[in-house]
Amino acid sequence: MVLWNGLGVFWPHAVAEVELADLKKLLGEELQTEINPDTGVESIKFKVGNMEDGPAFRWIESSTIHSTTYPQDAYVLERITNMNYYGFLRKLVTPSATISNDGSMQKQLAAAIADTKMKFAREVAPIQAKQAALANELKNHVKYAILRINYQRKQLLAAGHSNDSEEVNRLAQQLAELQAKEERLKKESDQLTAEIDKHEAAVRANVAIFADASGREKSIALSDIVRFYCPNQMSIGSMLAHYCAKIWELLATNPRESNQDGGLFPAIFGTVLMVFLMAATCFPLGVLAGIYLGEYAKEGFLVRLVRIAVNNLAGIPSIVYGIFGLGFFIYLVGGHLDHWFFPERIDAGEPVFGQGCIIWASLTLGLLTIPVVIVSTEEALRAIPRGIREGSYALGSTKFQTLVRILVPMASPGMMTGFILAMARAAGEVAPLMITGAVKNAPVPFDGSFPYLHLDRQFMHLGFHILDISCKSPNVEATKPMVYVTTLLLLLIVLSLSSFAIYLRNRMRTRFQSRTI
Amino acid sequence: MLKTSDTKHTMKHAFRPKAQNNEEVPPAANDVSKHTANESPSAPVIADPIVRAEQVRLYYGKSEALKDITMDFPRHEVTALIGPSGCGKSTLLRCLNRMNDLIDDVRTTGRIEFDGQDINDKAVDVIELRRRVGMVFQKPTPFPKSIYENVAYGLRIAGIRQRHILDEVVEKSLRRAALWDEVKDRLHESALGFSGGQHQRLCIARAIAVNPEIILMDEPCSALDPRSTTRIEDLIGQLRGEYTIIIVTHNMQQAARVSDWAAFIYEGVLIEFGITSKLFTKPERKETEDYITGRFG
Repeated sequence: MVLWNGLGVFWPHAVAEVELADLKKLLGEELQTEINPDTGVESIKFKVGNMEDGPAFRWIESSTIHSTTYPQDAYVLERITNMNYYGFLRKLVTPSATISNDGSMQKQLAAAIADTKMKFAREVAPIQAKQAALANELKNHVKYAILRINYQRKQLLAAGHSNDSEEVNRLAQQLAELQAKEERLKKESDQLTAEIDKHEAAVRANVAIFADASGREKSIALSDIVRFYCPNQMSIGSMLAHYCAKIWELLATNPRESNQDGGLFPAIFGTVLMVFLMAATCFPLGVLAGIYLGEYAKEGFLVRLVRIAVNNLAGIPSIVYGIFGLGFFIYLVGGHLDHWFFPERIDAGEPVFGQGCIIWASLTLGLLTIPVVIVSTEEALRAIPRGIREGSYALGSTKFQTLVRILVPMASPGMMTGFILAMARAAGEVAPLMITGAVKNAPVPFDGSFPYLHLDRQFMHLGFHILDISCKSPNVEATKPMVYVTTLLLLLIVLSLSSFAIYLRNRMRTRFQSRTI
Repeated sequence: MLKTSDTKHTMKHAFRPKAQNNEEVPPAANDVSKHTANESPSAPVIADPIVRAEQVRLYYGKSEALKDITMDFPRHEVTALIGPSGCGKSTLLRCLNRMNDLIDDVRTTGRIEFDGQDINDKAVDVIELRRRVGMVFQKPTPFPKSIYENVAYGLRIAGIRQRHILDEVVEKSLRRAALWDEVKDRLHESALGFSGGQHQRLCIARAIAVNPEIILMDEPCSALDPRSTTRIEDLIGQLRGEYTIIIVTHNMQQAARVSDWAAFIYEGVLIEFGITSKLFTKPERKETEDYITGRFG
């Protein structure tokens, strides 16, 4: 079901023009037909888009439909805001774009949009990038530096220095410098904003005039149009091309319109990054613990207790791990880290590690999976025939050498199995993430400023995304297709990660397992 | 009496039968069991033993598996430990390189002297001991590595890493184990792809590679087919002059074929120890004769 619905989302639907009994006309995609079980009335759900003009989804009773046609020149516009627009192209007004007047309206529109996009990329985008870098520096360096100095000053004064002492004066000087810099940067930023506005206004002057089913005209800026197509006259080839373009957009771009449209790239990145961080923490720790429990620990009360605890940990509900992560990692550890390294940020109400972030989420999920890895490591080591160990010891090997050179390689398929199970479970858990750092909308925690991978930032996650758009979105109808797509994507990612781990395990198995002849 | 059965072997020492009982253990300690070596009228004296066991007892938890074993193992010769299953032969063998340390709940008393020192002494380095006293087990256990790496394993863990030394030792060991011709083109293939007999010879080569003084063999041929068994027995004959071999076997004919000396152990007690030919043709104890003629066992 997920596969069918998910894959079908991006296939272009035909656009129907429907004339109702009361002579009103509607243009939209037919989505679903339903028969009301009580009254026996059949209704069809239409997606009419144009959110600024009314509800985007309408249920129409079949009996009120007078006629249905599929006009060849119906356009579907995917826009940056306000959902799709369904209508007919009337004319193009392009004061600053130069396009030839020959070719079909479609081709002209395409050319105009392409031209606008190019202008935007050439003129506006670099300025926007500069401004973003400025804002980054302003915030991350200047603002926090000011905070730090203020905090240090407060500390000094509290410790008894007078307002005139050397250290306080020095700090005041630094503060003055930074504030001057802040002023300068802010002014620069304002200048850039003015420039952007000017260019943007020029670009936005290029519009296309469309009319919807009832004849109402609307002027739509070309820069608002992400993509357009005429589904009723598309050939299979162009439908395929459209499909592929949508898939690409899904995987590689950011979401639009409160997660209804657009891409899932930040969520994909967040999910994969979190799985890797979790693997990096839980796998070594679990393997080492399993080796210790299996090989080195002397059997006794404490060891038995630990083993019971490990076995029980595997069954605890994941939300409990989430709460533990909140209490231990975020408040205790994160709070202490902030207290030692970033005290000024606590005062300002912006804790660094004392809030949900990707590193705590990964560690919490790592805790979830450690018991599985420990148990499977122990079992894998136990399964190695005693003769191998004795053979190694009899040659004058220490326990450590035997472990490292022979036992661990032989046990590695079993360890990998445990790891696969653990990863598959953790990649799908959402409850602990909700509390420890996954959010509705956040940028990718990887950018150009040191330390490049920001582990103290919040992140998006596919599982959380599904929860968010299916339960908490303002327009549940609109996000339904995205729910299927996101689910499908999450399944695919988990499957591919598991497949990779299985492949590794099979390779290890052929290399390290002894076969009886 | 000189040993005459084996013409390839040159006697390095002479011995004379003992006329009286010179066991150190007083008779009182031995009344736990009715079979004691005490009553043997002619336990041999070995002039230059490589290992001396004195009053060795071993306890698995509460039960006594080895009851007061005292014997000397002759140098550079093959000694067979024979007896019915479960009577302590393997246990005694494993005492000699302290493999019983790996089993929980095992306690040993007595003294096992190798090279003038008690091997159970705290000051002895077990790793070093195990290099000097190698072991081959009943079930061949090649490591899941290449042939080369299997044989070189003992050297690598001893810290030897130079390629030319490893190459040389690997070739020498495989030749001595009569395996070189079969594997010389496949040295770097996985060791798991060979037959059982080849695996056992590989294990022997592996044990030889660290240049031990004693090779302990715990029923090395019981898991093999007759042809492989013959090859291994020939191998033991070839190795004998350079190494001391102590072999546990429940196959009497094999013991007769392969060994110079034989010790009959029954229910944890050393019943008789002597030159193989004499033990098999003119055993001095009734229990020995019963076992050899097949009346029990």
